[in-house]
Amino acid sequence: MWSFFHKLGSPPWLYRIAGTIVRWLLPVTLVALCVGLVWGLLYTAPDFRQGNSYRIIYIHVPAAVVALAGYYVMAIAGAVSLIWKMKMADVAMKSCAPIGAALTFIALVTGAIWGKPTWGTWWVWDARITSMLILLFLYLGVVALYEAYDNKEAAGKACAVLTLVGTVNIPIIYKSVDWWYSLHQPASIKFTGDSTIDPSMLYPLLLMIAAFYGVFTCCLLMNMRAEILEREARTNWVKKLALEYRA
Amino acid sequence: MYFDSVQAALSMDGHGGFVWSAYGICLLVLMLILLAPRRRQQKFLRQLAGEQKRRQRGPTVLKEGN
Repeated sequence: MWSFFHKLGSPPWLYRIAGTIVRWLLPVTLVALCVGLVWGLLYTAPDFRQGNSYRIIYIHVPAAVVALAGYYVMAIAGAVSLIWKMKMADVAMKSCAPIGAALTFIALVTGAIWGKPTWGTWWVWDARITSMLILLFLYLGVVALYEAYDNKEAAGKACAVLTLVGTVNIPIIYKSVDWWYSLHQPASIKFTGDSTIDPSMLYPLLLMIAAFYGVFTCCLLMNMRAEILEREARTNWVKKLALEYRA
Repeated sequence: MYFDSVQAALSMDGHGGFVWSAYGICLLVLMLILLAPRRRQQKFLRQLAGEQKRRQRGPTVLKEGN
C-alpha cells in the first residue's frame, strides 16, 4: 500500500502508467460516446411534454455531472498538495482546471440552448444557473492564477487555497433546485428511491455519463503527462524521451 | 430509429436547430480538450529535441575530443 503511494509520487512512473491507462480507456470512451450520441439523438422517443428538445439532456446532464465531479478531484488534489506537499497532486490539480472549465461551459451553453424552446428564455439568473456560472469562474480562476505567478510553487499554493474555498459552491449547486424556487427541474436520477425517468431514456443517459467520465479521465491523464514532461524537462528520462521522439 | 426520414431527424419538429447546435458545440469542445494535451506534448518534445540538437552542435561538441 505505501509503496503504491510512493510510486504515485514518482513522475516517470506516473507518466508511464497514465499513458497505459489512456491507451485503453480512450478507445472505449470514444466508442461509448459515439454510441450514446447516436442513441440519444436518433433512437429514443421524444419527451411527451418537451418534444425533441429534451434530447439535449444526453449532453447537458453528463457535462454538468462530470464538471461537478471534476471539482471534487481538483479539490482533493489541492488538499493533498497543500497538506503533504505532493508535487504530483499539484500537477493533477492544475490539469483538472481547463477540463472542468470546458465541461461547465458545455453544461451552461447546452442549458441555454435547451432553455429557449422549453422555458422561452436563453438565460435566467436563478440559483442553479448562477452557481454553475460561479463554478466556471472558479475553474477559469485556477487557470488564470497559475499563469499569474512566476513562482510555480507559490502558484500551486494559491490555487489550492482558491480551490478549497470554492468547494463551498458545490453543495449550493446540488441543493439549489431544492432550496430556491427555480425554473430548473430537480434531479431525475436518484440513488435512493425511484428515478423519475423512463428506462428507455435512462440507459442512454447513463451511458453518456460514463462516456463523459471517460473523457474527463483521459483528458486529465493526458494533461498530467504533458505537465509532468514540462516540469521534468531537465531530467535524464525526459531528455531521453525527446531523443526518442526525434528519432 | 425514431425518425422516419433524414428530413425529420434534421428538423425534429422545429427543435432541430436547438438540438443539433447544442450537440455540435458539445462535440467541438470535447474535440478541443481531447486534442489539446497531445499537441502540447508533441510541441514540447519537438522543442526539447531541437535544443538538445543545438547543444550537441554547440560548445558541448568540444567534449568529444576528450
